[in-house]
Amino acid sequence: MAKVTFNTDLCKGCGLCVTACPKGIVKLAQGKINKKGHSPAEVIDQDKCIGCAFCATMCPDCVITVEK
Amino acid sequence: MVVFEKPKSLTDAPLHYCPGCTHGIIHRLVAEAIDDLGIEGKTIGVAPVGCAVMAYNYFACDMVEAAHGRAPAVATGLKRALPENIIFTYQGDGDLASIGMAETVHAATRNENITVIFVNNAIYGMTGGQMAPTSLPGQVTQTSPYGRDTNTVGFPIRVSEMLATLDGPEFIQRVAVNNVKNVLAAKKAIKKAFQNQVEGKGFSLIEVVSSCPTNWGMTPEKALEWIDEKMIPYYPLGVYKDRSAVKEEQK
Repeated sequence: MAKVTFNTDLCKGCGLCVTACPKGIVKLAQGKINKKGHSPAEVIDQDKCIGCAFCATMCPDCVITVEK
Repeated sequence: MVVFEKPKSLTDAPLHYCPGCTHGIIHRLVAEAIDDLGIEGKTIGVAPVGCAVMAYNYFACDMVEAAHGRAPAVATGLKRALPENIIFTYQGDGDLASIGMAETVHAATRNENITVIFVNNAIYGMTGGQMAPTSLPGQVTQTSPYGRDTNTVGFPIRVSEMLATLDGPEFIQRVAVNNVKNVLAAKKAIKKAFQNQVEGKGFSLIEVVSSCPTNWGMTPEKALEWIDEKMIPYYPLGVYKDRSAVKEEQK
């Protein structure tokens, strides 16, 4: 079972992970802001994750850890 | 099992780059190459002037800050004084292709055994988006508000092609970081550039076509599309020089 965790406070909300995800399950959190004042990325449906790490590959800030 | 995590050769310092800036991806690729080759303890980096000026905060190895453009000269000195260490420079286009062009060309032609990571985003980022030697014809910047006019300021410099005409350098490749496929190819190229130095082969330069969403005036996503549409047609990806591969073929 694949698991993605976000180091939310490092996220700058650039959205590159959102466009990279082949399953469309990474979104920028609506109505939440992190320490930096950005809307951080989050996974909306963990069960659909296939652990491809595309999101982490495109993340410029090493926010994402992927486990399988 | 962990599939992906932050490489050990990056520190925990949060990057100061703008949201969506691909400098972060390239930093990570360099750190992954250092981790993969197990050269963490003996690597010394040379930071440039430009957006990556504070790279010394992010790489978990010894770092030297060079004067603007002089990173290959500093790296030459380091490598000759400490031949057992692995020396890399990390430079932008304003640093390497403008004020530092002489140092770059001469380090390449001497085939200094160093690794150069050249980040080309076609603009001066840190100073606020002025025209760089690599800005595309017609590209609007702070100092070319009507677009780069090639009649008055000339044409962009294709650094990889130019250096590949020299007999000196060992390995020159241009990669991009605008999608997953290209990032993985860039990772391979950067690792090879470090591997070449470990094997004593000589000067390796990886030109990474990168984005600057802030100064291009685009969203991070649109900036990556712009790399595909505008940058890569002018700066084609590929291996421009690989002397060892040529020698292998001749055997």
